[in-house]
Amino acid sequence: MINPVAIAQIVILLFVFVMLLSSAAGMVYMERKVAARIQQRMGPTLVGPYGLLQPLADIIKLAMKEDVRPKAADPILFALAPIISAATAFTAFAVVPFGAETTFFGLLDQPVPLQVADVNVAILWVFAVTSMGVYGIVLAGWSSNSKYSLLGALRSSAQMISYELSYGMALAAVLVLAGTMSIRGIVEAQSGGLLDVSRWFLWIQPIGFFIFMTAGVAETNRAPFDFPEAEQELVAGYHTEYSSMSFAMFFLAEYINMVTVSAIATSLYLGGWNGPILPDWLGWIWFLAKVGFLLFFYVWMRWTLPRYRYDQLMAFGWKFLLPLSVVNLLATAAGVLYFGL
Amino acid sequence: MAELNHYLILSGILFTIGTAGVLLRRNVITVLLSIEVMLNAVNLTFIAFGRFLGSSDGQIIVFFVITVAAAEAAVGLALVIALFRHVETLNPDAFRQLRG
Amino acid sequence: MGFNLILFYVFAAIAVGTTLLVVVQSNPVHSVLLLIGSFIGLAGLYVLLEAPFVAVIQIIVYAGAIMVLFLFVVMLLNAPREEIVRSSMLESGATRAVGGLLALAFAAELAWALTRSRTLAMSRAGETPAFSVPQIGQRIFQEYGFAFEATSILILVAMVGAITLAGRNLSKNGQGPNG
Repeated sequence: MINPVAIAQIVILLFVFVMLLSSAAGMVYMERKVAARIQQRMGPTLVGPYGLLQPLADIIKLAMKEDVRPKAADPILFALAPIISAATAFTAFAVVPFGAETTFFGLLDQPVPLQVADVNVAILWVFAVTSMGVYGIVLAGWSSNSKYSLLGALRSSAQMISYELSYGMALAAVLVLAGTMSIRGIVEAQSGGLLDVSRWFLWIQPIGFFIFMTAGVAETNRAPFDFPEAEQELVAGYHTEYSSMSFAMFFLAEYINMVTVSAIATSLYLGGWNGPILPDWLGWIWFLAKVGFLLFFYVWMRWTLPRYRYDQLMAFGWKFLLPLSVVNLLATAAGVLYFGL
Repeated sequence: MAELNHYLILSGILFTIGTAGVLLRRNVITVLLSIEVMLNAVNLTFIAFGRFLGSSDGQIIVFFVITVAAAEAAVGLALVIALFRHVETLNPDAFRQLRG
Repeated sequence: MGFNLILFYVFAAIAVGTTLLVVVQSNPVHSVLLLIGSFIGLAGLYVLLEAPFVAVIQIIVYAGAIMVLFLFVVMLLNAPREEIVRSSMLESGATRAVGGLLALAFAAELAWALTRSRTLAMSRAGETPAFSVPQIGQRIFQEYGFAFEATSILILVAMVGAITLAGRNLSKNGQGPNG
């Protein structure tokens, strides 16, 4: 008989995949509704009750559009770029744990972690896959063979690799606190304490959380750091020449990157699936709640803050965020060494 | 399980491909890429020996080799850009002024 | 154990195939991307050799940063020109044939020499030593501390050198391009 644990792991894998896809669809809806409310209008209300079927209508529209390819575009790279973007977005989520070990109400004889893969270099894995995501953007801009695309792609990729440094330093500070690189280990290091809340790393590292979220927003090219996609300046930046399903894949990649950054921030700073009242095996509810709050925060920031100009953006990343993250890392290391945090 | 010999032969093949690239290609960027290929073959040898001799020295040395390769690639590419500003070509045969 | 051997051959095939294409391809952008594929194949081999830390570091540093640098330079140098720079491989077929034969001889010689290594002390080949990242970190900072500091100075020198060589001439009153 096939090992039931293996079946459970395959089921979890498929579940995570489907959840990521539906979370992207849900994000489309939430973005439009929240944007509308901030701008004091209603948002989608026609399609389905409260406009809930709007993402479905969007997907059907995108799927039925004609797939246009510019004649001078490099065909292999043009087709490969959205695939790289989407694939790295999904892969980065593979090491994020969203619940404690469970036996699915006793169906399995040994507990299975609610996670696609538990690697003990998980944080570095996330960092590695995120830095591969730069290629999707660069190749999209280059292979379109158009000035707006190339300019947007170069700006966007320069922004991403600049903010990766602060991202990595904030990750390193959490590493120093937790002593392990496995994300499951980091979440478990935050369990216990008063109401399961008081040992979150957020209280020890508020600056680190700020750095991580800022760098994460810049990494995903969202406002206020979305100058490379600024409609007023660059048409649509690196995905100007894409239409239909390729454009949908870039969109999908962007939303799933947002979900991944929120999920990693939750696991590293907000205690993952630890929460006050619910028992351990219902921890995934807390996880969803925290990730949802961070995603709402993302959308809220986009429609409230004006965007940074490109040189302001780069100056902020190099001259403010990077020194701050280095100081944060040194202070954390000193704290762990001398005060035994 | 794959034996040490498998890994050494593989790294020998990769090193040969890299050397062929350095000696045969007439495009400076591809020559630099072939140098990176050679460095990778050496990295593979280090890690294979480290694993089969039970020492973590292999991984540490590879850590340093990767860092040095980064520095060398940066300076090499800066040289390429500086040369390109004078002679608008990527063919290394065009730079023969110091030739005896 | 057979599964490991299959994985070895898969990753080895990826590495050798993409590396061969890197050297043979004429389009530099494709060469850079194929080299990234080669790095991913090698990272898989490192994981098989129980060095996951080095595998991830290779992806982060080599495939994620150095290759982006290469890609930027290739795009920068091609941008003012309309056509892809096509390298001219050696013209005559006879030269190519002799070169290919010499390369094959070199590879065969290396393979012969390396398989003579059966006499090396493979006393710990059967064990699976697990080097955790904390252990590697401690060794780097204790035994290899001098090399670590020297490497950081090397990177600083390389940064300064690269900017000096490739940067545009700063204007005479010392202001950069952005004023």
